[in-house]
Amino acid sequence: MAMFSQNPVLNGPNYSFAEVPRDRVDGLREHRFNPYTDNGGSTLAITGADFAIVAGDTRLTSGYSINTRYAPKVFKIGGTNSNQSDATLLLSVVGYAADGEALKERLDAVCKMYRYRHNKPMSVNACAKRLSTILYQKRFFPYYVHAILAGLDEEGKGAVYSYDPVGSYEREQCRAAGAAASLIMPFLDNQVNFKNQYQPGSGEGHALAEREKAPLPREEVEILVKDAFDSAVERHIEVGDGLQMMIITSSGIEEKLLPLKKD
Amino acid sequence: MDHRPQQWGRPRDDVYGAYDASYMQNNGPNQHTQQPIVTGTSVVAIKFKDGVVIAADNLASYGSLARFTNVKRLRTFAGTSVVGFGGDVSDMQYLDRHLNELAIDEAYTSEAGHTLNGRNLHKYLSKLLYHRRSKFDPLWNHLLVAGLDEDDKPFLAAADLLGTTFTSPSLATGFGSVLAQPIMRRYAPDEESAAKLTKEEAVDIIKECMKVLFYRDARSMDEYSIAVVTKEGVELKENEKLEKQSWAFADRIKGYGTQTV
Repeated sequence: MAMFSQNPVLNGPNYSFAEVPRDRVDGLREHRFNPYTDNGGSTLAITGADFAIVAGDTRLTSGYSINTRYAPKVFKIGGTNSNQSDATLLLSVVGYAADGEALKERLDAVCKMYRYRHNKPMSVNACAKRLSTILYQKRFFPYYVHAILAGLDEEGKGAVYSYDPVGSYEREQCRAAGAAASLIMPFLDNQVNFKNQYQPGSGEGHALAEREKAPLPREEVEILVKDAFDSAVERHIEVGDGLQMMIITSSGIEEKLLPLKKD
Repeated sequence: MDHRPQQWGRPRDDVYGAYDASYMQNNGPNQHTQQPIVTGTSVVAIKFKDGVVIAADNLASYGSLARFTNVKRLRTFAGTSVVGFGGDVSDMQYLDRHLNELAIDEAYTSEAGHTLNGRNLHKYLSKLLYHRRSKFDPLWNHLLVAGLDEDDKPFLAAADLLGTTFTSPSLATGFGSVLAQPIMRRYAPDEESAAKLTKEEAVDIIKECMKVLFYRDARSMDEYSIAVVTKEGVELKENEKLEKQSWAFADRIKGYGTQTV
């Protein structure tokens, strides 16, 4: 009888695996696959009394390389056809482009299903809540994106919701996100929410009166968006090439493509 | 005699000891790809008037060793599209098997003549790559898809191991993105100028790029594959050799190695 037979029935368990695990259990591996990257770019959204504008640059980068000069970051969401001609919502995603694409397609599918089930387009605040839960579902392996959702609310006013990568969200008058957010947001605070603007001659100290807040007209907002991006392009290498602007009003969504510096 | 068939033809246990079967099983954690092993370098491609030209050299490197010198890194799909693979060669072969299977399935299931176009193929591959990266088990490739879209217009797009996708009039992976892309962008800075290029011009630009890459990319080779994708089909040449090389610039390079003057 064979003493060291491979057959466990004949002579007890015969382990056919190594005694010592081949991989170190403790300590960190030097090489580990990193599932994230940053594709640069910047987005921005501003609301008005009866419209909302969402804009983003069209550059897509990897490190110091420009992958392409035209990769849109602003999408129409929840239309019934492939060219989204009857969409009522706008989504912009900036950060890790592949996650952005995946998130966009998830939300679009959700909005479409809602439309088929209820025979009406999803309202912007319902979609905003749903987007938050979609992001939070991946709390421990997040979509690495800053999302901004825009549309018109039940009263027909412009609505902008901004998100962090794990789904915290807030309705705002305006929001800048992405690589040049820190450059654009203070400008928006001053020009849209009139921060640090005061009524001339209203006095000093406590007597000083803030400039009254009022929604901006559309022409002014469009100029503001272009100025914000022109300035960001000057100072941020990941921003440039083209400016994609989507304007949502009661009569639908209009898209504009303007040039930005390509350097 | 041992009557059990699994023992037949093996060294006798009572003479040589039990056969060590440990190598057949992996006791450790399931290992996912952490780095590419045998790699292909750049793939370059440019759109022209009625199609796309794509090229990649025939080398598969093992680190700095030029390990396999006859590896075809351009693969045709359904006779209508070409996928150019950069990065890990075994993952390329896996994807190629997968794509062949897909092409056969499609040929059987869809109506006569209709099959996946370049855009469909790129979407499929990018979803596959993104899915694998989300499982922390990436396919270590950066690939270019050359083909036609639903309107038979030239289609060119890239997808990488992270699932990042993009399209452009010209594209290059790896070293090509810093060495070849600037050359191609000089001829085709935007879609309009790419749509004016003739097939001959596009082929010349790609050949020029392959030459520059051979001059400066230490993991490249002078034998390459080049494919032209048009409405008429795929014209693939797999054993091209670089022409009109000029190393005249080399003797002006100073300051490297053992050179003292």
